[in-house]
Amino acid sequence: METFLFFVFAVFAVAGSLGMLISRSPVASALWMVQTMLAIACLYLTLNATFIGVVQVLVYAGAIMVLFLFVIMLLNLEQTPRLSAFTWQRAAAFVGGVAVLALLLTAVAEQTDVFPSPTAVAVVEASDEVAVVGPEGEVAVIEEDEAAVVPLDPTSVEQIGVALLTRHAFTLEIVGALLLAATIGAVLLAKKRFT
Amino acid sequence: MDLTWYLSLSAVLFTIGVLGVLLRRNVIVVFLSIELMLNAVNLTLVAFSQAFGDVDGQILVFFVMSVAAAEAAVGLAIVIAMFRNKLTINVDELRLFRG
Repeated sequence: METFLFFVFAVFAVAGSLGMLISRSPVASALWMVQTMLAIACLYLTLNATFIGVVQVLVYAGAIMVLFLFVIMLLNLEQTPRLSAFTWQRAAAFVGGVAVLALLLTAVAEQTDVFPSPTAVAVVEASDEVAVVGPEGEVAVIEEDEAAVVPLDPTSVEQIGVALLTRHAFTLEIVGALLLAATIGAVLLAKKRFT
Repeated sequence: MDLTWYLSLSAVLFTIGVLGVLLRRNVIVVFLSIELMLNAVNLTLVAFSQAFGDVDGQILVFFVMSVAAAEAAVGLAIVIAMFRNKLTINVDELRLFRG
């Protein structure tokens, strides 16, 4: 079932990004991009990363894409430029992009036996015993005193919140300062007149 | 579900983002392609985070999203400022740093 969902959402994500790449109107590009963002959010959910999935929908598909659409409509471009014909620059760009794909896929394929399965550790808590479901669906039941050894579910919002406010608290403060600086900078830049 | 599939999908999405930056001349579509590349890397980070049972990957994704939001705000402000002066968003016609 998870495999089926992965391929469904993967097709949606790739189709959305290809539509973003080839559509002539910037509004259509942005709307295709929303589809890609939502598909990636669903992929996060298939990975049991619920917090990141929700943040993806809120921040990317919500805030950032609305900002893009707002700017596109503010600029009010009348003519949608025609996708121009073959040039050597475009051919070189295409070859370069395909070379990047080949490089990345080679890197993935060479390491394929090293990686564990992303859903290897799913802790199912029973009343007084803990069952660990392995990647092939095998179930190992652990008595309660052993249950402390089981790694905590890394996907929970609680784990992320604890890590964010303890080990990464300083980084969180820096990001807050960055967002404030970006807000002020965006306002100043939008008012500035370049000569 | 194999981690390799997630990494391969991420590679494909990243490549489409690279192609968008290289092929398109509309600066807003170039921006969207950069966001797509960030998303592809985020997918890799979440997949690794789940695979190794380590929450730090998702923390990193959280920070990447924050930086992406800041980048989009500043970048789109620059696009607006340039469009008001040059009346174009074609990257071939924008040569602000060329004097």
